[in-house]
Amino acid sequence: MPEAGNTGTSVGEAAVRAPKKQEAVPGLALGLALLSAGPVVILALLIVVLSFLSPYFLTGRNLSNILAQTAVISVVAMGQHLVILTRGIDLSVGSNVALASVVGALSFHAGAPAFLVIAVMVACGAAVGAINGLFYVFGRLPHPFIITLATLSIAKGLALQLADGRAIPGMPDAIDALGREAVWGLPGSVFVVAGVAAVLFAMAKTMVWGRWIYAVGGRPDAALRMGIPVSWVLVSVYVISGLCAGIGAVILAGRTDAGSPLFGNLLELDTIAAVIIGGASFLGGRGHLGHALIGAIMIGVIRNALNLLNVNVFFQLIVIGVVIVIAVESDVLRNYLEGRVRVMQAGRQS
Amino acid sequence: MSAVPASVDHAATAAEYPVLAVRGATKRFGSVVALDDVSIEVRRGEILGLLGDNGAGKSTLTKCISGVHQLDAGAILLDGAPTQIRSPADARFAGIETVYQDLALFDNLTPGQNFFAGRELAGPQWLPRGMRFLQQRRMDAETRVLLANLKVTLPRLDAVVAMMSGGQRQAIAVARSTVFARKVVILDEPTAALGLRESRQVLNLVATLRDQGNAVILITHNMEHVVELADRAVVLRQGRKVGELVPTKDNKQELVSMIVGA
Repeated sequence: MPEAGNTGTSVGEAAVRAPKKQEAVPGLALGLALLSAGPVVILALLIVVLSFLSPYFLTGRNLSNILAQTAVISVVAMGQHLVILTRGIDLSVGSNVALASVVGALSFHAGAPAFLVIAVMVACGAAVGAINGLFYVFGRLPHPFIITLATLSIAKGLALQLADGRAIPGMPDAIDALGREAVWGLPGSVFVVAGVAAVLFAMAKTMVWGRWIYAVGGRPDAALRMGIPVSWVLVSVYVISGLCAGIGAVILAGRTDAGSPLFGNLLELDTIAAVIIGGASFLGGRGHLGHALIGAIMIGVIRNALNLLNVNVFFQLIVIGVVIVIAVESDVLRNYLEGRVRVMQAGRQS
Repeated sequence: MSAVPASVDHAATAAEYPVLAVRGATKRFGSVVALDDVSIEVRRGEILGLLGDNGAGKSTLTKCISGVHQLDAGAILLDGAPTQIRSPADARFAGIETVYQDLALFDNLTPGQNFFAGRELAGPQWLPRGMRFLQQRRMDAETRVLLANLKVTLPRLDAVVAMMSGGQRQAIAVARSTVFARKVVILDEPTAALGLRESRQVLNLVATLRDQGNAVILITHNMEHVVELADRAVVLRQGRKVGELVPTKDNKQELVSMIVGA
């Protein structure tokens, strides 16, 4: 509980007088700036290095490929990001994608038109999200880990049951179009990702709801005392996360022209990794949508590069894992450095 | 009443009845009686010092007023009318502001965002509260005016409060209570963690709150501050009210013995 030490640290700050170390503040600030820009810098470096290592990497076709492959992770990671902002976690997103795609395929075969199939998939995702949020908040669960783990299992089982354990081929043409090239050599799915990103970014930035998410994530007890409807803010982020999973299902169904209970396997880990690698904080209340997108693209780039360089699939898992550790440690380091800056500013003041 | 100075105008018009009255407050936690039939009153433009040793019931009493706890028996009267305060949001809505000992600041937000947390200026009004659009420029402008009025200087208004010193954070928390305080402000040991100079700044803020016509309840262990600022002092011991007097330099010793019960 980071807030427990609040008054304690102020005592320390007031007591610390460090006139000699004052000139160290610019250095610290530089370190901090580097750390917060870290993911973008690393992504840029990665792209430069890879374009030297493989002649195929920087071709338009390959880049479009990377974006197409990361479309699902990107969209679902944006929902996951909102959940992580409130110190939560949504483990159910992968199974949610599978269930939504199966429900969509079944409704298509039952004769539903394209727009209805899309609506059904998105609504299915949002419904699972609503169950997560409502049980977490009003079931008074200590942590969302438990309820989303349960819905991970339930949604997966339900998808397998409904699809009889097999993929269901066939999707409306409008959905399949998302997987095909649309404009500038980019698949339609990339524009869906951009659209979702624009809407969510605007909502988080300009609406009271967005401000509340950061307040709840920064300090849940204070948010309650300030009269913020914490319960509903929490429910809303799980609904949005589920909704993003539904949109992810639409994209995946478009790419494969099918619904399948095996979709979205380990997607929960990919999306959590994307959010953390991108530079959002697990401690809540820190980060923005750009972090989730950069993290998702970074995962896509790393996978693509390892493929181009003929590195085997098992090793890819290890690389992603190592990157996650580095990302989390740099978050811890960032918090530590911020603490140092604060102490020094207090010293400089008095 | 005719010779009232202009600065206590508020107090003059409203002095007939207390803006906040607590009658017969009783609160139990299991078998522990935290508050036993305690009654207090505060008027506008007045600072009431709330004194007592650790565990005397000061925090419990203020938490009941600010909606964190509910009384088992007794009543809270605002402007003479019995008022139900079921949550912190109720209390704020009724015009009662609290500066908590742990400050309840959002480290990841800027001072301005902290001031307006939970009461953001936003529109249009016909939308549900959470869906309204933030009026960021209005909030920024009001933040600057507020800080200037209170003579609080902060290094940067666009930096998150995590980066600010203990005194600055305390000042932000007190300043936040002034934004919306309409009746009562409760301050729980506002200077406990501060150095001399920073304490002085916060005490000046407390005086400003009073001059604005609020009823101020000040919890503190510092007798100097009580004598300097408080118009009256109420002493609690083991959940009971054991005394009430006007604190002066001469009866400081009397106050201390009331607190420790010797």
